Amino acid sequence: MPHTRFSLGLWAAAALLFNFPLILIWDRDVTVAGLPLLPVAMFVIWALLIVLLAFVAEARPARRPPPSG
Amino acid sequence: MSAPLVLGVSFGYLLLLFAIAALADRRAAEGRSVIDNPLVYALSLGVYCSAWTYFGSVGEAAAEGIWFLPIYLGPMLAMLLAGVVILRMIRIARTYRITSIADFIASRYGKSPLLAALVTLITVVGIVPYIALQLKAVATGYQIMTAAPADSGALVWWRDSTLYVAMALAAFTILFGTRHLDSAERHEGMVAAIAFESVVKLGAFLAVGVFVTWGLFDGPADIWARAAVLPELRALARLGSGTGEGGFGHAQWFALVVLAMLSVLLLPRQFQMMVVECVDERHLKRAAWVFPAYLFLINVFVLPIAIGGRLIFGMETVDPETYVLTLPLADGARALALFVYVGGLSAATGMLIVETIAVSTMVCNDLVMPALFRGRGFGAYSGRDLTGLLLNIRRAAILGILLLGYLYFRMAGDAYALVSIGLISFAAVAQFGPALLIGIYWKGGTRLGALGGLIGGFSLWAYTLMLPSVARSGWISADFVAHGPWGIEMLAPERLFDLAGLDNLTHALFWSLLANVGLYVGLSLWRAPGARETSQALLFVDIMKRGDAGEAPVFWRGRARIADLEALAVRVLGDERGRLLFAGGQAGQSTGHGAGPLADAQLVDRVERQLAGAVGSASARVMVASVVEEEALDLDDVIAILGEASELRAANEKLKSLDQMKDDFISSVTHELRTPLTSIRALSELMLDTPDMDEAQRAEFLRIVVGESERLSRLVNQVLDMAKIESGQAEWHNSDVDLGALIVSATGGMSALFAERGTAIALDLPPAVPPVRADADRLTQVLLNLLSNAAKFVPEGRGRIEVSLKIAGDSLEVRVRDNGPGVPSADRAHVFDRFRQGGDALTRPPGTGLGLPISRRIVNHLGGEMWLESEPGEGACFGFRLPLPPAPEGEKK
Repeated sequence: MPHTRFSLGLWAAAALLFNFPLILIWDRDVTVAGLPLLPVAMFVIWALLIVLLAFVAEARPARRPPPSG
Repeated sequence: MSAPLVLGVSFGYLLLLFAIAALADRRAAEGRSVIDNPLVYALSLGVYCSAWTYFGSVGEAAAEGIWFLPIYLGPMLAMLLAGVVILRMIRIARTYRITSIADFIASRYGKSPLLAALVTLITVVGIVPYIALQLKAVATGYQIMTAAPADSGALVWWRDSTLYVAMALAAFTILFGTRHLDSAERHEGMVAAIAFESVVKLGAFLAVGVFVTWGLFDGPADIWARAAVLPELRALARLGSGTGEGGFGHAQWFALVVLAMLSVLLLPRQFQMMVVECVDERHLKRAAWVFPAYLFLINVFVLPIAIGGRLIFGMETVDPETYVLTLPLADGARALALFVYVGGLSAATGMLIVETIAVSTMVCNDLVMPALFRGRGFGAYSGRDLTGLLLNIRRAAILGILLLGYLYFRMAGDAYALVSIGLISFAAVAQFGPALLIGIYWKGGTRLGALGGLIGGFSLWAYTLMLPSVARSGWISADFVAHGPWGIEMLAPERLFDLAGLDNLTHALFWSLLANVGLYVGLSLWRAPGARETSQALLFVDIMKRGDAGEAPVFWRGRARIADLEALAVRVLGDERGRLLFAGGQAGQSTGHGAGPLADAQLVDRVERQLAGAVGSASARVMVASVVEEEALDLDDVIAILGEASELRAANEKLKSLDQMKDDFISSVTHELRTPLTSIRALSELMLDTPDMDEAQRAEFLRIVVGESERLSRLVNQVLDMAKIESGQAEWHNSDVDLGALIVSATGGMSALFAERGTAIALDLPPAVPPVRADADRLTQVLLNLLSNAAKFVPEGRGRIEVSLKIAGDSLEVRVRDNGPGVPSADRAHVFDRFRQGGDALTRPPGTGLGLPISRRIVNHLGGEMWLESEPGEGACFGFRLPLPPAPEGEKK
């Protein structure tokens, strides 16, 4: 089940990226295009995760049909 | 803005919702469901964003900066596991007709009514503040829009519009949540209305975000350029802003992410929307990314609005939680403010509607119904139609929950910010995490463990989080929180065992989940589960291994009269749907003995599941048990039933493959029959049409016709032979047979064929062997089969076949070895199966695929066995062994 394994991997990556200590990387007094780095970084990581998730979800055909009833 | 206008818009909006819900219900009745769509499903999950998100996030961001975010990162993490965890929950709930989180947990641990009641109680206690939060948001919004005095305490209760909003919502919810009893507990109209609300609140929030960012300021960079000058605003973009002590409270950040991740799975409204109302589990795939994208969008403008609001209002005392309304109003954008107010209303009402429907189902099925059965006995209700009773209990529960929320709002609403109230509720439902999430993967979890974990976790939650919040509202002495009960510092609720350095939420979450998981795992390991717990654990944990419930084992034994079951189903489900269950006629019926037809276990299980959809699995269990005579199962029975089920499955699979083989055989036989028939017919027609054909030509044709006819009759004979041997009707003429002589004569008969193909044959026979008891003709048939089989596969011109005979102990062994390609290892297990032919259909030599199976059956019938020895590339060697008759007594030494 490559889909499941990919999900678990993505989940682990997200759990690390959204937590101490990795978020400290962005916690500095710097601006990107006039915006503070930390919020920009958080939203960009978030958007990337959504895009990756969408890519996996939409690329593969739907799995087995649901049980009836 | 005038109160009538705001009130009019509010009720107009509710009427619109009403219309949408009614339309969706009508469409559903026509079979054209509007919610059977992954986007609508994803939007309906947006019910996660309540008034807390709408108003509270901005307030949180204005005070703590980036710290509003973990509550939305958690759901992102949860949705990454949608295909793993949520899919499993949906499939379990659908298969066993589970309609609430209480039912889910109770079902998993042996349909325990106690567990269902406990989960329901925790939910009600935990969720009432959350309901109050929504009412508070609606009330605050109304005050701001009408510029009424902010002190709600001065309002007389009957002039309080919040009460009327609560009442209107109760009416709406009752109308759409409890119109009829659905055994899947699904509400098409309600889901459509909620999806619409999600669109409205997102649109309104984006509108105010765009208005603040580009209307009041010159884009986000402009806002930040102005804010960066002020140190206290500059700090909002840094992590350190959340702790108040300068350092980054990473434990709190982590706790918030985990809490939100659990909440998005375990909040009653999320469970209702995500699991119960899920029309098609394939929708989950798209919703898994659309829902986080929705959360992303609704959060993009939170920081700009918060910082923009603080820049504009500066020192003024405006509650940041109201920025979305006060910013447009301050700038005179009244229409936008009204739209935003409606957005806030939709956020609050969406949450209230779904939450109360979900909780009322739990209260009815898991608290009131069992109490009714217990109090007066189920018998007191015999003969009465229960559908009306069920619906009325739910209606009362919806009203009761909303009134409780209103009461809480009137008494404690002002003491707290929206965010803290919401987090208290999140922490309460997080207690369901271990029992539910571990329970669907670990068969070892027991009812005792789940009870212990829930009670322990909930008690600690109440002590470390709920109690201090009550104390802060001034109801009990604050000394208690500061110095612990009776002055025992070690027991101070927010520094339990002197664990300091954590904020109160992280502290409470740590202790409660520690106790919860510890007790759950510890007690589960301590005592083995009972039979029903084991069977339910098997059904839940192995759900993904089965296609649908039809294949799952049914753990039930006993006697049940169909008439009794039908009467029960009709009473609970109503006349039409109850009878429909039994419409299958004789299906599911086993022979009765005078007491009317009896139901088999499958039918009892089906009825129980349908009832579970209406009254919850624990109540359904009690009801079914009250009308049937059942045997109590012990652990051995469960294992035995499981064994039977897997045997049955194996037998079914075997049957299926036999069926497939039969089909293959028929197509292969017809193919084999058609080839000779075609040539016979073609040649005969040719001869008929050509009377002046020359004699030699005609003779040649006739020879072919005769040959093909022989092939036909051989084929038909073999099929008949096989059928006879299989059914045991074949005649056997046994005599003493000299196997050596038989081999010599068989190879002699084939020598013409061998010579034609240039195949050498070598015999390795002992001078004399004892005779075996056998049918000489059939044994010759076996030898001819093996020889012709070998002849077919040896290479043309340099083929070599060796036949050997030797005495091995008390039997004779014959081997026929060739130098052909051998049998591929994949086919080796099947060479003796009927209708299987070696090689693929295109290149293999002609044959019926019956030679080897017939041979093996003949040898088996004679008490021997046949086998294949083959290494790929070394040729094949078929051997068989026949037992020698026991030596006569006299010759023994």
